[in-house]
Amino acid sequence: MSTNGYIGKSVKRVEDKRFITGMGKYVDDIILPHQTHAAFVRCPYAHAKINSIDTEAAKAMPGVVAIFTGADIANVNGVPCGWQVNFKNGDTMKEPKHPLLVADKGRHAGDAVAIVIAESREQAVDAAEAVMVDYEELPCVVDAAEAVKPGMPLVHDDVPDNTCYDWALGSPISEVDEAMNKAAHVTTLEFVNQRMVPNAIEPRSYNSSYDAANDKYTLYTSSQNPHLIRLLMCAFVLGLPEHKVRVVSPDVGGGFGSKMFHYTEEALLTWCTKKIGRPVKWTAERSESFLLDAHGRDHITKAEMGFDASGRITGLRVKTYANMGAYLSTLGPCIPTYLHGTLLQGLYTTPKINIDVTAVFTNTTPVDAYRGAGRPEATYLLERLIDLGAHEMNMDPAELRFKNFIPPFDGVNQPGYQTQVALQYDSGNYEGVLKKGLEMLGYHDFRKAQKEAANNGKLLGVGFSTYIEACGVAPSAIVGSLGLRAGLFEVGQVRVQPTGKVSVYTGSHQHGQGHETTFAQVVADKLGIAMEDVEIFHGDTETVAFGMGTYGSRSLAVGGTAIVKSIEKIIEKGKKIAAHKLEASADDIEFESGKFTVKGTDKSLTFGDIALTAYVPHVYPPDLEPGLDFNSFYDPVNFTYPFGCHIAVVEVDKETGTVKLQRFIAVDDVGNVINPMIVEGQIHGGVVQGIGQALFEGAEYDENGQLTNGSYMDYCMPRADDVPMIETASQVTPCPHNPLGVKGAGEAGAIGSTPAVVNAVIDALWSGGHKVKDIRMPLTSERVWRAMQN
Amino acid sequence: MSIKIQVKVNGMSYTHEVEPRLLLVHYLRDVLQLTGTHIGCDTSGCGACTILVNSRATKCCTLLAVQADGCEITTIEGLAQNGKLHPLQEAFKECHGLQCGFCTPGMIMTAADLLQQNPHPNEEEIRYALEGNFCRCTGYHNIVKSVQYAAEKMQEAAVKTKEEAVV
Repeated sequence: MSTNGYIGKSVKRVEDKRFITGMGKYVDDIILPHQTHAAFVRCPYAHAKINSIDTEAAKAMPGVVAIFTGADIANVNGVPCGWQVNFKNGDTMKEPKHPLLVADKGRHAGDAVAIVIAESREQAVDAAEAVMVDYEELPCVVDAAEAVKPGMPLVHDDVPDNTCYDWALGSPISEVDEAMNKAAHVTTLEFVNQRMVPNAIEPRSYNSSYDAANDKYTLYTSSQNPHLIRLLMCAFVLGLPEHKVRVVSPDVGGGFGSKMFHYTEEALLTWCTKKIGRPVKWTAERSESFLLDAHGRDHITKAEMGFDASGRITGLRVKTYANMGAYLSTLGPCIPTYLHGTLLQGLYTTPKINIDVTAVFTNTTPVDAYRGAGRPEATYLLERLIDLGAHEMNMDPAELRFKNFIPPFDGVNQPGYQTQVALQYDSGNYEGVLKKGLEMLGYHDFRKAQKEAANNGKLLGVGFSTYIEACGVAPSAIVGSLGLRAGLFEVGQVRVQPTGKVSVYTGSHQHGQGHETTFAQVVADKLGIAMEDVEIFHGDTETVAFGMGTYGSRSLAVGGTAIVKSIEKIIEKGKKIAAHKLEASADDIEFESGKFTVKGTDKSLTFGDIALTAYVPHVYPPDLEPGLDFNSFYDPVNFTYPFGCHIAVVEVDKETGTVKLQRFIAVDDVGNVINPMIVEGQIHGGVVQGIGQALFEGAEYDENGQLTNGSYMDYCMPRADDVPMIETASQVTPCPHNPLGVKGAGEAGAIGSTPAVVNAVIDALWSGGHKVKDIRMPLTSERVWRAMQN
Repeated sequence: MSIKIQVKVNGMSYTHEVEPRLLLVHYLRDVLQLTGTHIGCDTSGCGACTILVNSRATKCCTLLAVQADGCEITTIEGLAQNGKLHPLQEAFKECHGLQCGFCTPGMIMTAADLLQQNPHPNEEEIRYALEGNFCRCTGYHNIVKSVQYAAEKMQEAAVKTKEEAVV
């Protein structure tokens, strides 16, 4: 196969021009003819019975077109959950209806009670305020570990103990108990992985219209996966014929997981548009985003790691309460189980592992995937334990990791590594990334500086995190056996135009990742043509055959591979056409740098010649169809397993507890890299989101179930002056099971960084004699200061 | 009730009758259909709506259209001059200073104000100037580099112009 050198180059992004000139097209930028605007009446309580709703006064308000309540849509299904986890006893998880509008009671603050549609946004908001709802406030539950106790209020009357499921994975618990009993040292950590609000800067936005003349719907949605939204909405919620529904996700302003899910508003607006015969648009206000976009994390965990006298890990025992919120979001149940429990091998040879998870309903916003989804929680757990274990055993945290790493394996000459928790890693060189990280840090010198600083009354600390993640979701058969109700292949169509220009249709969706550049690099490189001759199309169910969308760092590994499969078919067909024209055997045709050549001769045809011949054939193989256009469905054989080493250096102010992040080093191995500039950008962004979790962010609910920091004044996200430059480096261990050798880079930063920062703060405190085990995230000055006082 | 306003936006003069409660950002987006200015939070927290009002960076989601009466406004659509991108626009592309692009217009307008006030900012000054603008994608790393790059280019251009003037 040819190469013209696009792969591996930091090509500047082709999509940038529209964004830097204000010409991007996001959903809220779209105004349709006869547009109406929606606003919602939302339950102000975490838990409240709805006694009555009076819409009369609101209906008389200026500009009001229609008002619908839960009673109007009683026969419409709720939004479905896509992943089934069973109880330990085999019973199906509890899956209460998530209605588009609630009729009986509100189950979290922000639950939608009525939709008001008006001529203008302002009129809709005015009228929504005039809807009178008689609520009867009920006692609520917020904390997952509390909510399962007997006698607590029930979020759903038919879900006892608020328990969605209980679940376990790994070695029999008796074997793990035995390993822990025999251990020379057991490190125990009880901690909270706090609830995060994703906060894509573009609020969710939808605009749904119905064309009565053709009986067709069009939904514009700020979604990461338009085809999946169409499938779920048509087949499971509204019962609409899929071929009569077009779903378009144009430019989308960040997702981080939160725009993967099928939200109630998408289906409700689509139901409403036919009722009123006009397009209906809704864009979340930021306060609504805080209350409604699925949150992330929210685990309460007790974890124990056993070591032998030499520091080898002998066992890991974990109990987690995972908060699901008030309803199951699209993938909520799989996050604490199959994306968390299955990652607890980490990079270590731990022989016995058991995790037990109880998933719990509470009167809070639903919880689902947020950048990393389960893997940050697993990494946090492991990396905190091993760093703390090193402190407790008076060992060096880097040395302790080297002692426990799985040895290098490439997945080709050495087999993949079978973990104790279901997964088989594809390829890895874990000691390599830590070695590189230590060099960049200047570890030896750092420890000297740390000692000196401690003697001068300053607290310096270093924290490590050597992480692994499962990406490239996902091998359909494997995820199917684990409860996912759909396969996770991807679709890539490559249409060569008669003039040799190439249109590519991908089921992946870009919302910041730069697919229009990266995918064009792959196609142009493989076909030996100019990148300008390749155009990437995505995000429209009308033009792209099918797609499973973008999440789980899957776009290049799965979506990119589907495109490569189509390219292979094009080259194969091209060879047949060339052979016929050059009067040679197809086996004798080589394709190199955009040319089809008869081996060992100078007889050749260009890619453009073949393209034209394929469409306007005069001299053409009799047994071959004209055209040069292939669509491929690619189902990966395994997950991909990126890994890396993140190192944070902090200084803690002894007097105030303020943490200053001095350095952040990220050495990531994401397999082969198509565009280093874009991959580094993904790492930077992920790292800062992870730093955000460690130092700044977290949803805070009060005992009444009110989100008390649901605004940008109160929820502290990293700003430009909160973080340093990120020092990045890469190592390359190719993925052995996809043709590009790529693993995925979208989530790595957010997975690795959080424990590195927390470990650094803990290390700084130990250097000053404060033998602190844990500080609850985010590590505010107050919390760090208090930890130093004990 | 509506109130008459006159504004100059990206060099063009407009006169409109607007509701007193109409926000400037909605005036730009809905009335003038300049949708490059984005709304991320409605409360001046995120900076996605930053434009230049009388040359100063201003978050227009908490400004009424009537308050802009008589003002000169530049939005992201008006930053390029005579078909030539502003050095900041070039720099954001060159340094991969954007990913999803949603915060980008506000980020660029804020940086434009900074470089007018301080043509040679150091990293700390850049980070401080941008702290009113959220970016959730880039971790700010490449945004800071973009502003540094643009400052250098603008400096080079200024020196060149000066030299040409001398010659």
